[in-house]
Amino acid sequence: MAVPKLEQLSKSVVQGPSLATGAIPTKDWMDIPAIFKPGNYAYQAKKEKVEYLNSQKDLQFPNAREWSPEDDDWKLPEDWKDIILKGLKERLDKFRSLKIFMDCCVRCGACADKCHFFLGTGDPKNMPVLRAELLRSIYRNDFTLGGKLLGKMAGAREMTVGVLKEWFMYSYQCTECRRCSVFCPYGIDTAEVTMMLRELLHLVGVGINWILEPASNSNRTGNHMGLQPHTFKDNVDFLADDVENLTGIKINHSFNRKGAEVLFITPSADVFAEPGLYTAMGYLLLFEHIGLDYTFSTYASEGGNFGLFTNNELMKKLNGKMYAEAKRLGVKYIIGGECGHMWRVIHQYMDTMNGPADFLEVPKSSITGTTFHNAASTKMVHISEFTADLIKNGKLKLDKSRNAHVKATFHDSCNPARAMGLMDEPRYILDHVVDNWVEMPENTIREQTFCCGSGTGLNTDEIMELRMRSGLPRANAVKHVIDKHDVNTLSCVCAIDRATLTSLMNYWNPGCKVCGVSELVGNALVMDGENRQELDEGLRTLV
Amino acid sequence: MKYAFSFLAVIALILIAGLGSQIPGMQYFFGVAIPYLAIMLFVGGFVYRVMQWAKSPVPFSIPTTCGQGASLDFIKQDKLDCPTKTSEVVARMFLEIFLFRSLFRNTKSEIHNGPKVTYESSKWLWLFGLLFHYSFLLIVIRHMRLFIDPIPFWLSAIESVDSMLQIGAPTLYLSSVTLLGGIALLFGRRLVNRHVRYISLNNDYFPLVLIFAIALTGILMRYFLRNNIDIITIKTLAMGLVTFSPVISAKIGAIFYIHLFLVSILLAYFPFSKLMHMGGVFMSPTRNMANDSRAKRHINPWNDPEIKPHSYAGYEDEFREFMVDAGIPVEKELSAVQDEA
Repeated sequence: MAVPKLEQLSKSVVQGPSLATGAIPTKDWMDIPAIFKPGNYAYQAKKEKVEYLNSQKDLQFPNAREWSPEDDDWKLPEDWKDIILKGLKERLDKFRSLKIFMDCCVRCGACADKCHFFLGTGDPKNMPVLRAELLRSIYRNDFTLGGKLLGKMAGAREMTVGVLKEWFMYSYQCTECRRCSVFCPYGIDTAEVTMMLRELLHLVGVGINWILEPASNSNRTGNHMGLQPHTFKDNVDFLADDVENLTGIKINHSFNRKGAEVLFITPSADVFAEPGLYTAMGYLLLFEHIGLDYTFSTYASEGGNFGLFTNNELMKKLNGKMYAEAKRLGVKYIIGGECGHMWRVIHQYMDTMNGPADFLEVPKSSITGTTFHNAASTKMVHISEFTADLIKNGKLKLDKSRNAHVKATFHDSCNPARAMGLMDEPRYILDHVVDNWVEMPENTIREQTFCCGSGTGLNTDEIMELRMRSGLPRANAVKHVIDKHDVNTLSCVCAIDRATLTSLMNYWNPGCKVCGVSELVGNALVMDGENRQELDEGLRTLV
Repeated sequence: MKYAFSFLAVIALILIAGLGSQIPGMQYFFGVAIPYLAIMLFVGGFVYRVMQWAKSPVPFSIPTTCGQGASLDFIKQDKLDCPTKTSEVVARMFLEIFLFRSLFRNTKSEIHNGPKVTYESSKWLWLFGLLFHYSFLLIVIRHMRLFIDPIPFWLSAIESVDSMLQIGAPTLYLSSVTLLGGIALLFGRRLVNRHVRYISLNNDYFPLVLIFAIALTGILMRYFLRNNIDIITIKTLAMGLVTFSPVISAKIGAIFYIHLFLVSILLAYFPFSKLMHMGGVFMSPTRNMANDSRAKRHINPWNDPEIKPHSYAGYEDEFREFMVDAGIPVEKELSAVQDEA
C-alpha cells in the first residue's frame, strides 16, 4: 500500500472529513462497521508462528490457521463468543483496573483529543473514550444490570463478529502510550483496555504477525530479531571493530561470561540496525571508559518484550530470561539499555512476575559507590540513571565540542515518562554532552509526550500511512523546534523510537536525524589512549 | 436525540409523583416507602459495587507517572505526580478528588493548515465540574438541617455563608444558582462540544436532567410555592424517617413529593450507573499507587510461578555448536554431549 505524498496527507489531516477536523459523523458509531482494506491493518499472524507459540509450555495461542482480515469469514472457532465472554469474565475477576475502568467513565471527553491516533486519523473510534466503549458496550450487555434491562438504551450491545472485527481494528490503532490516562479525572488507562482486547482476541486466534513473529523469535533465540548466538556476537564484535576504527580504542566486551559484576541487556535492535547501532557503540565506549566488569548474554539478548503486546503469560515467559540468566551467570545486578516498553515491563511488572531476585544484590555502582535505592528490589538499573550518576560524580571525561554537529531536542518515550517517571536523567546527560539542545513545546514533552505512533508492535510497513498519521503530533512538535531553533537531531531513550522516528522524520521532517542519548554520550567521551580520527559526525562518521 | 429521552423520562417521573401523591393513602408510599427503598438500594448497591471492585486484585503496580520519579539524589522528584511514599499518594489523591487536578491539565488540540497541531489550555470542563460538584455537596450538607435537631452551629454557619449575598426573602442560596448553572453548562457542553456530543449516551444526559429537576423543584418549594409547604411537617417527616418512626401529615403539597421522589430515583439509580465514579475515583490503580515498584516488590495473588522462560539448557542444546564455534562459553562442551549420546 503506497504511502500518500506529503502534500496530500498534509491536506488530508487538516481538511479530511473527520471528527478531529470538525465534521460530525451522521451515523451512530455502533452502526459503522470496521472494514479492512490494504493499508489499514497490520498483517495477520502466520500460521506457523501461532503454532510455535501454542506449542510452548504455559502458552495458549489457539486456532492457528490461514486467514485474512479482509475475508468475511475469519474462521473463528465455533464457540468463539463463549470464549470471548468467558475470557472477559475471567479478566474482570483478575484485574481491578479493568472493572473500575469499565464502570467509572462519565464520558466527559477530556481524553478525546489527547490521542495521537485520533489527531492523525480523525476516526471517532480512536478517541480513547470510544476505544474503551467498544469493550464497555459488551461489558454492559453481559455484566451489568442496567445493560441487561435496558440494552441499547443504556449503551449496551451484543457481541457479534462485527464487534470482534472492530476490536481488532482499534486495539491495533492504540500504542498503549497512556497519554489519555494523564488527563482522565479517574486515571482510566486505555493501555489496560487495549491489552485486554488484544488478550481476548488471541483467545480466538486473532493476532498480527509483526508481534507474534518477534515474540516467537524472542522465545527461541533470545531476541526478537531472531539472531542466533553466534550472529548476535558477530554483530556486537562488528560494532566494537567500528569503535576501534573510529577512536583507536579496543573494546573489551564479553558474552555469557560467568562471574561478571553486571549483566547488560539492551533491545536487540541496537546491535542490528541503524541508527540503534550508534547507540550500542555509545554503550561500548561508555563501559570501556569506566572499565565496567560486564557481560552481554546471547540467551537474554533482548531488552524489549513483545509479550507485553500479546498477553500476560507470554510477557512473563519472555521476561523470565533476564533473571534466569542473571542467576546462571552469577552477576550482582543488571543494567538495561535504552528502551521504552522494555522499561515498562521492568519497572512495573518484572519483580511482580518473576521476582524476588534475591540472588542479586542491591545495585551499587562500583565506579561511584552510589547505591540505586530506587531499584533495590528489582535490581535493574536504567542506563540513563547509571550514566547520570557517573557524570555527577565526575567519572566521565566529556568534551561537548565533539557534538558540535548536533543541535538536539529530546523526545520522552511514552513508557519511561508515564510508567516510570524517568524524565530528568536523560536531560541531565544531555546537558553534559551537547552544547545545544532545546525542548519541544510543553504540551508535547514529559508526561504529555506524544508517542512515535508505531509502538506496541505497530512499526510494520504495511500500515505506513496510519503510522505517519498517528506520528503527526510528535513530528509536528519536532518541526516546531526545527523551524525555530534549527534542530537537526531528535534524541530519545527508546529502541523502537530510533526505528520508527527515523521513518517519521524522513516523511514529515526530512534531514532530522534520530539518535539515542547514549550515542551522544559516546560521541563526547574523551578516552584514555585514544587515537581519534576527525569525527565530524561523531560515531556516524564514515572513515 | 438521546437527551430528549432523558427529558421525557424525568417528566414521566414528575407526573408519577405529582399525581400519585394526590391519591388518598398514597402519601405514605411516596413519603416513606419509596425513600426507604431508595436508601436501601443506594447503600446496599454502593457497598456491593465497591465490594465487587475490591474482590478483584490489583495484580500489577501501574501508576500513571505524571512527573519525575524518585531516583538519584540530585534529580528532583515530583512528589505529587510521581509519589513514592503513602503520604505523597494521599496528597495526589486529595488533589485529584477535591480539586479535579487531572482535569485542570486539560488542553484543546486543533489541527491547522500546514499542518500545524496546536494545544491550548482548556479549563472549562474543570470549572463546570467543580461548580457542579461543590454546589451539590453544599446543598446535600444544607439538607442535613432536616435530619438533625437541634441544628448544629457549623450547619448554620454554612447556610449563612451560602446566603451571604442577602438577596430576597427567603434569602437566596448561592449554591442553588451555581448548581443549576453548573448543570446547564455541563449539559450545554455535551451538546456543543462535537467530541462529547458524539459519545454521549442516555446514561450521560439522564442524571443531569434528573438532578436539574431535583434542584428546580427544591427552588420552587423554597422560593415560590411556599404556601404548599409547611417546613415543620417536612422536618417532622425527615426526623421520623431517620429515627424509623415516620409520620405523614396531610399538610404536604405535591411539589414536595415530586422533589422527594426524584431524589429517591437518583439514589436508587446511583449504584447502577456511571455516578459510581464517586467511589471509583478512590480506587483507580493508576492514581492511588506509589511509583515504587522497582524498590518494593508488588505481589500479584494469581501470579503463576510455574510459567518459566524457555530454558537456557534448551537454548544451548539448540545452538551449542554455533556457540562453541563462536567462542561463546557453554555449560556442556560438545564432547560431553557426544559422550552422553
